[in-house]
Order: sequence, then structure tokens, then C-alpha cells
Amino acid sequence: MSKMYDFSQLTGAIDAYLRANMSPGWAVFTELVIIGLVALLLYALVGLFLVYLERKVCAIIQNRYGPNRVGPFGLFQTVADLIKLLMKELIPIARADKFLFNLAPFIVIIVSFMTLAAMPFALGLQAIDLNIGVLYVLAVSSLGVVGILLAGWSSNSKYSLIGAIRSGAQIVSYELSVGLSLLTVIIFAGSMQLSEIVASQADGWWLFKGHIPAFAAFLIFLIASTAEINRGPFDLAEAESELTAGFHTEYSGIKFAFFFLAEFMNMFIVAALGVTVFLGGWMPFHVGNWEGFNQIMDFIPPLVWFTLKTFFVIYLIMWFKWTFPRLRIDQLLTLEWKYLMPLCLINLVIVAFLVMMGWHF
Amino acid sequence: MTMSEEIIIKDIIVGESEDYMINVGPQHPSTHGVLRLEVCLQGETVKYLIPHIGYIHRGIEKMCEFDTYSQIIHLTDRMDYLSAHMNNEAVCLMVENALQVEVPERVKYIRTILDELNRLASHQLWWAAFGMDLGALTTFFYGLRDREKILDIFEESFGSRLLHSFNYPGGLMHDVHPNFQKRTKEFLSYFRKKLPEYNQLLTDNVIFHQRSKGIGYMSKETAIAYGVTGPSGRGSGFSCDVRKYAPYSAYPVVKFEEKLRTEGDTFARYLVRMDEMVESMNIIEQLVDNIPEGDFTAKMRPVLKLPAGEYFQRVETARGELAIYLVSDGNKTPYRMKFRSPNFSNLFVLNKITAGGKIADLVAVSGSLDLVIPDIDR
Amino acid sequence: MQREELTDFLKTHFPGSVVREDAQYPELTVAAGDLTQTAAELKNNGDLAFDYLICLTAVDYKDKFTVVYHLESTLHRHLLVLKTEVPDRENPSVDTVSRLWPTADPHEREVYDLFGIRFNGHGNLQRLFLEEGYGFPLRKDFSDETRVLTLS
Repeated sequence: MSKMYDFSQLTGAIDAYLRANMSPGWAVFTELVIIGLVALLLYALVGLFLVYLERKVCAIIQNRYGPNRVGPFGLFQTVADLIKLLMKELIPIARADKFLFNLAPFIVIIVSFMTLAAMPFALGLQAIDLNIGVLYVLAVSSLGVVGILLAGWSSNSKYSLIGAIRSGAQIVSYELSVGLSLLTVIIFAGSMQLSEIVASQADGWWLFKGHIPAFAAFLIFLIASTAEINRGPFDLAEAESELTAGFHTEYSGIKFAFFFLAEFMNMFIVAALGVTVFLGGWMPFHVGNWEGFNQIMDFIPPLVWFTLKTFFVIYLIMWFKWTFPRLRIDQLLTLEWKYLMPLCLINLVIVAFLVMMGWHF
Repeated sequence: MTMSEEIIIKDIIVGESEDYMINVGPQHPSTHGVLRLEVCLQGETVKYLIPHIGYIHRGIEKMCEFDTYSQIIHLTDRMDYLSAHMNNEAVCLMVENALQVEVPERVKYIRTILDELNRLASHQLWWAAFGMDLGALTTFFYGLRDREKILDIFEESFGSRLLHSFNYPGGLMHDVHPNFQKRTKEFLSYFRKKLPEYNQLLTDNVIFHQRSKGIGYMSKETAIAYGVTGPSGRGSGFSCDVRKYAPYSAYPVVKFEEKLRTEGDTFARYLVRMDEMVESMNIIEQLVDNIPEGDFTAKMRPVLKLPAGEYFQRVETARGELAIYLVSDGNKTPYRMKFRSPNFSNLFVLNKITAGGKIADLVAVSGSLDLVIPDIDR
Repeated sequence: MQREELTDFLKTHFPGSVVREDAQYPELTVAAGDLTQTAAELKNNGDLAFDYLICLTAVDYKDKFTVVYHLESTLHRHLLVLKTEVPDRENPSVDTVSRLWPTADPHEREVYDLFGIRFNGHGNLQRLFLEEGYGFPLRKDFSDETRVLTLS
């Protein structure tokens, strides 16, 4: 633990430097600008990489090569796609509600950006560390559904409307399961603050410490968050074979790029959230009190741990999508209301009991 | 609400204000081909649908009245292009029976092997597209990857992958490539190992069961009444395999089963086709080692004139019963040639079996009926 | 039933119609007025039980139309060809059988589209492939100079 580099040293140093040279107001402003730029850069780069990764993973599962022409191993494929999307004509829709039509992609992007700010990437490397961290993330990500509904409604097209309504029903339902499954670990850890949840996993990840209830909660979280981000077996809202592209049918060019990017970044965020809460965040793999083992594990920097774990979860999510057929909307909602939510509630009661009796590790 | 038994849509049902019509097609990723379905929806539920066809009507029956019989072979290829070989064979058999020509045994065996290879390739493409429609996008690649092996065999012997026009009244256009037997056997051993993968990916998947069991139920009476033949009819228990009831070519000498299921839902139709793939492989295996030596064609006159009269020939394509009704007046072109295409009858049962279901079910059901639109329009 | 049995049965059961035995399948030709009754009898009679209508089409013999029905029984596995003649070329019409065999619904629309034969009692007699106002292409006296090219 002591060997881990604490990023708050770096941020503290920058803060001191700025305050020494500018008035406090300007210093704060500059810090905000720096954080914003870094976060934007991270968002863009990770997003670009994820799009490429998806195509490669999809290709491997489907027994073919993915992109391998543009750049070494096809790495610049996404850049090429981005340039293409930026240069596409923005097709204005007749009789569409122009203000809402233009607003919708921005809402979606802003929401996912705001949730990114709360993720702990390493010790001290976290933009916002609220003491209600988990609640903040859940609340903000719920706003994404507004963007989707606006997109579907303002497109003035039956297909988009069907897609948006389906998506709205789906997201609103699955938020419950996501929240309840996260609640189990909050009960274990005793706090909603994300950095504290990570710190409490210094002697083992909650997935293992919390044994069966935590494992069940992790599985439910995985399923529910895949449904939240409209991916995998739950992508009825943008089912190509039925409704062309669902709520973002009518979008072209940069606005479509926003939806597209937001979907991948949402995937990153739910993976990061799951990793933080269940798999230890940036905490290396520690087992109880095995000091020697833990020391070895500490050699790998926390940032690397975080990245590996997040990409593992992302890989799982991608794996689902390319293997399973889609669920129908009523089957999807049945799954949530009749199976996942009762399971979550029972799990919660069990966990509360465990914590009360002190039977967890 | 239940749909009434009235099959003729005479009046537009006076709808409540929540009804709206959407068009599925003619350009749509999942109606494979140009088919327009006008679907009346109430929320997510399909109340009724009206198919509109004719986007690819080429007037094949009219063209047949001006073409000689060997030219008609090339037209029939393009009807149900995934069972091109069976379509050609139907015309050839009709001409041969009318002229009472005895084709060599070799021709019969090769025709049957090619029939079954064609049926396999067609079912593989159906499986690929069906999985893709339901969202399991990987099935598309697996199915087509294996289908390429069959198309390679075809290309080696005939020069083209899909539309061969290889059959000719009296026999074949030319003999098959010397590698044909070897490659077919290689393919059989390869595909037998791959088929369990198909079952692992789709057949045993719980989500797939939810999407297909109990969906699009068609009773046996409905299947007979609407003339739904082929695997779609056999999924409802309608025993209609022309290879059993009116065998032709080498079918009398092979042992195979007609796969029937009684559940009548999408899953039953799916399983019938999967079983048929295995049966096709069994048939090919029985024949491929025993192809008799001999001529690849019987001696035919250069200009074929059928005696005046009426002829009726039926074959089993991958989708059902193709029947050709020919009226000849003794000339070298037919007087009237009517193609009873299986997809034409199969399409019009769609309204009956999807009413009351959801849009997502419409996609699953029309995928399980395996429609090829050029066959409907001719 | 075997072929001779079937033809004998038809001769006794439908005295007013012509039974032909020397074609590929037994043929029964009825007058247009008797069509509905005959068709109903063919379907509902337990010994005949023709429940599967394979094909419904029409042929244009230059002085008349003939509507041809190919029927099969899934129970007894015998096949029959039913024919009616329609001598009127100006306004040809015949009764519908779509109430007995629902598959006849689209087939009759196709015959109407391509020949112009109307089917009385069909609830939805609209053209299937072609547009309204286009002629009837499969008639022998049809010609469309602009769109149909005949190579002689």
C-alpha cells in the first residue's frame, strides 16, 4: 500500500503552483479547465479505442479479421471513421422539432461525460470524490434516457418513436436492478464514497470477500448494466433487423457520432463502475493477510490494474452481444421485473443480515 | 382480441385511434428480398398485415411461351435461386417424361446429389440469416463460411456458384469434375463436425427458445388449407415431401426419413430444417460412393418438341413443393407454362399466424418460413 | 383410391361433368355453374377428401379460357385435375373457391391479374403484381409495344 504512488501529490503540487501564481479564483478556473481537457482527451481516446476493440473482438468471434488495413493492425480505423462521420451531410428532417432534435445527442454525451468524472482511476486520480459517489453516478446516468426519448420523439418517424419508447421502458426498469445490486456492496463497505469503497478492498475484492451474495450481485449488475446501455441481448431499441436503427435512425454525421461514442463510453463507465465496486477498482489483487503475495501484486501500478479489469469486463459485455440473439421487449421487461428484481431484493436482505452478524470477511 | 377466421380481408377493420400502419420493406434488412408488408399495429401488437408483392415480377411465365425448353432452364434458375438446381430439374424431368426418354443412371445419381447439396446450401443460408434476424449476428458468418465449401464444389464442376443451369433435358450439360466425389466426401466429414457448433450457438440457447417456442403457431389444418409445404408445413405435421410421395431421379433407391414435427411453432420449423440438413448429408453419403459410370446425357434431338397435351411435374425444393403445369400444342415452345411456386403459398399464411403477436415475432416467423421473394413474384 | 376407382367414383357422383381418363391424372371438367357445388363435394366427401389445392391457374385457348385446379387428398393420396371453361372473353367470370381452400385467395388474384378472369365472391379481388389499368399479359391477344419485346 505504501508503495503505491498517490496522485494527490501531483494534483496537490499543481494546485500549489497555480495558487502561488494567480488569484484563487483564477487558479480554480484553470484547474477546472485542465481537468476538463484531460477528461475530454481521455473520453475521446478511450472511445476511439473501444470502437476499434469492438470490431476486433466481433471479428475474432465471427472467424474473420477485423480492420487491419488502416494503420498497424488497423488501429487508425476509428480515426478514419471519425473523419468520415464529420464530413457527412447533416440531413435536416422536415417537420422535426429542430431544437430537441439537436439537443438530444448533446444530452447523451454530457451525461456520460459527467459520470466519467466520478470514476477513481488510481489513488488520488479522481475528478470528483463525492461522499455520495455511487448515488451521483446512478442519478446522472438516469438522465441519459431523456436524451434517448427526445431523440426518438423529435425525429418525427414511427420507427424512431417505437425504438425510443422501448428503450425508455428498458432503461427505467433496469436502473432498479443496477441500483440494488450496487447497494449490496455499499452495505458491505459501509459507504457510498467511491474512493472509500476501493480502499475497503485493500484486503481482497468484494467479489471474493462477500462470497455468494456479492457474486450474485455482480452477475445481476452485469446483466442489468448491459441492458442499461442498450447493448448485447438487450439492444432491441436499435435492432437493425427490425427497425433500421431505432431512435437514432434519422441522425447523420456528427450527431450520430455522438450517440455512437456515447454508447461505447457508457459501456466503459458501467464497466468501470462494476470494477470499482466489485472488483477492487485500482486495488491490486490482494488476498487477506498474505503480505508477501500482496507486495508482489503491488509492483503492478494501480492504473494498469484498473485498465486491465475494466477491459476484462468490457470484453465480457462484447462477448454477450455477438453470441446471443436478442430478447423481445416483453421478455426483457419480464426478466427484470419478475426475476432480477426479486433476486436483488432477496440478496439485499441476505447481505444486510450477513453484515449485521459480522459473517463476512 | 382474437382474429376471426375470415381469411379474406374485405373491409379495413375499423380501428381504435391507437392503430397505425407501418411498412416493413420493400427495403428492409430482414425481409430477404423485395417484399412490402403493410402491418397494422396497436402498440407493439400486430393486428393484421397485408403483403404487397410484384417488385420483382419479371413475367417468367409469359417469357416461357416464347422460349424453347432448353432456354426455359435458364429462366427457372432465377425463380427460387437458392434451390436453382431443383427448379431446373423440374423442367428437365417434365420434358423427359413427356418425350419418354430414359436418362442414364449416372445422371440420376448426380442430379440427386446436387439436389441435396443445394438443399444443404440453402438451409445453411437460411440458418445464417435467421440467426442474424434474431440478433445473433455471429450465425451469419458461421453459416456462410460453411456454405462456401459447397459453392466451391459447384464452382469447380459448373463454373458458377449459385445459378448453374447445369441440368439439360436428357441429362447434364457436361460431366462433373473428376474431383467431385472426393470434395463432396471431404465436405461431408467437415460439416458433420461443424453442425454441433450450430446447435451450441443457437438451438440450445435459452434466449432463442424464448423467441421461437410458441411463436407463430400454425396448425396442420391451416398448413394444408393454405398449401404451406416444405419444412414450414412439415413443422406443423403436414406430411408433404414430394421425394416420398412422387419420387424422381435417384430418390427411390435412397433411404431417408421425412422429418415431421407437430408443434407447429417457429421452433418446430427451425428443428425440421436442422434435421433435414442431417438427412441431406445421409442421402449424399449413400449416393456419392456409388455413382455409376456412363453417359452424362441421353441422346436428344436438337430441337425439342413435346407432343400436344398437358403435363404436370412436381419436385421438392428446399422450401416446398414446386409444381410445373405445362400445356403443349406440339411446337418447340410451350403454349402455357405455370409454375406453382412454394413461396407463393407460404407467404400468404403470414397474416394468419402473426396476427396477435408482436413485431419482433413477425421477424422471427417470416424468417422461419424462409421466403425467397423472386419465387413469389416470378 | 386407385385411378380406375377414382374415375368410376367421379363418373357416378358427378353425372353432368366430363371425366377424362387418358391424361396424366384423372380430369374432371364441370360447367361453370356447377363449380362451387362440385368443389364443395370434392372437398367434403370422405372418400374423396381433396383438402390440398396444389395449384390454380388459367389457360387461354383462343376461343375460351379454362380455369384449371390441381387437387390432392392428403388422406388418400390421390390427385385430380378439375377444369371449368369460361367461354366469355369480354367479361370472363367464375365462382371463387377461396372459401373452401384459402390458398386459392392469392392464386385467384394472380389469375385475375394476368388473365382478367373475375372470381365471384372473392372478397379482395385486386391485382397482385401489376398496376391498375395495365392489360392482361398472359392472354394470347395481348401486346404492349413499348414494354414487351417479342423476339421471333
